[in-house]
Amino acid sequence: MVEEIGRTTEGDVIINVGPQHPATHGVLHLLITINGETIKKVEPHLGFIHRSIEKMCESLSYRQFIYVTSRMDYLSSHINNHACALCLEKGLQIEVPSRAQVIRVLMDELTRIASHELWWGAMAMDLGAFTPFFHAFRERETINDIMEETCGARLTMNYIVPGGVMQDIHPNFQQRVKDFISLYKSKVGEYDELVTGNIIFQNRMKGVGYLSAEDAISFGCTGPTARGSGVTCDIRKLYPYEIYEQLQFDEILETAGDSFARYMVRVREMNQSIRIIEQLIDNIPEGDFQAKTKAVLKLPKGEFYQRVETARGEFGVYIVSEGGTTPYRIKFRSPGFSNLSALDHMARGSKLGDLVAMMGTLDLVIPDIDR
Amino acid sequence: MTNEELKAIITEILPTATFEEGGQWLTINIEPVDWKLLAGQLRQEPSLFFDFLFCLTCIDWKTHLTMVYHLDSTKFRHNIVIKSKLAVDNPSIETVSDIWQTANFHEREVYEMFGVNFINHPDLRLLILPDGWEGKRPMLKDFEDPINMIRL
Repeated sequence: MVEEIGRTTEGDVIINVGPQHPATHGVLHLLITINGETIKKVEPHLGFIHRSIEKMCESLSYRQFIYVTSRMDYLSSHINNHACALCLEKGLQIEVPSRAQVIRVLMDELTRIASHELWWGAMAMDLGAFTPFFHAFRERETINDIMEETCGARLTMNYIVPGGVMQDIHPNFQQRVKDFISLYKSKVGEYDELVTGNIIFQNRMKGVGYLSAEDAISFGCTGPTARGSGVTCDIRKLYPYEIYEQLQFDEILETAGDSFARYMVRVREMNQSIRIIEQLIDNIPEGDFQAKTKAVLKLPKGEFYQRVETARGEFGVYIVSEGGTTPYRIKFRSPGFSNLSALDHMARGSKLGDLVAMMGTLDLVIPDIDR
Repeated sequence: MTNEELKAIITEILPTATFEEGGQWLTINIEPVDWKLLAGQLRQEPSLFFDFLFCLTCIDWKTHLTMVYHLDSTKFRHNIVIKSKLAVDNPSIETVSDIWQTANFHEREVYEMFGVNFINHPDLRLLILPDGWEGKRPMLKDFEDPINMIRL
């Protein structure tokens, strides 16, 4: 690989971005072929944070492996846990108490907002503005505090267990979530003032990194990346799990297919998450927070697949069981891996400076890609 | 489209295909040599229109490998699972990265982790493993690593 770097015969230059580059948001290595300032090819090199989580899970019990999944997409760790728990509950036919279901969805949506907040701050920072990062983290901290109080951790929550949630919500939970909603509503206008309506940002994002609807589907893009191209792909709507069927929220679609469209999808999605939380926060049913399950779980022989919508797109858990206490094979279909594969297609022919605007709106989390 | 209708159309395309029901989705077992033909038809046939390959993976059963393809249609929202058995020595199957572009990365991952050779793949190189990786494929069941702990 190292020999490839440098000037090639046709006047193309091969340069490295990463693995230690702030714009890659982690240890992603891109080998970029440029001619002048025009990108001819982008080649991602992965694996700098590969821990072989799938292999690790093969030797962990069904209760244990859920915790490892928090370490993949650490910004959607709660939703990853949720997917695994749902997959197990499907196989074991566990009935989850309605209180646990509501708590899980509330946590999912809080996680989604926290993830999008971080993305928004980092995205603006990629494009040269440092202040929005602090604005985003001001609200995100509140969510982290709520998580800390109820789940005991701020990032890798591990709050969901097969059959429900680990412990009941903290007595302060409802009040603090309501406080967060009013804080968020009073501050969200600043986001638009600072970034969305800013002509410099708009010029840098509009028309950049175009992805057509057909290509988005073909590359397996999901989540806001595909919805920015007008592809209906919200798993919460298409294949509803938990209580999403009963909730009122919209799937945000944009049709432009450029970086600005993907940006708008995420910003508007936060408001939908707030809408879901508002519907549920005063209606948490009384009852158990966990179903009674056996201490050692044995999944029946067979295959189980669960799709959920994380902040980055469709996350899939595929468990092949031989009837034992550990999975025979686990595959995690991570949204980032597929979304990244479209980067080369998007970037070809555009300028090197625009690459950051494209990568920013793909919302890459490297552990999610490498697993 | 219901499973019965799907079965009828797929039997017409590939009479040797066998079906499995009872799981989450209709599962179709095929021979590796038939995969390319079936894949093209699944994508192009207007009544099937499987345009979204949402999961591509491999399972090591020690006696053989099984390729698993999960397909979804964004138009009709029906799903199927395709499975194909590969031999342990020199496993190979045709690539589908020209039909679904997402298969490009996923096949590279399966190639390095399981050693499956994807015939006609445009760029079959290591993706996640470090350059110059030699030796056994890490996701195979008989993989042993004397230095790093892989079993708990």
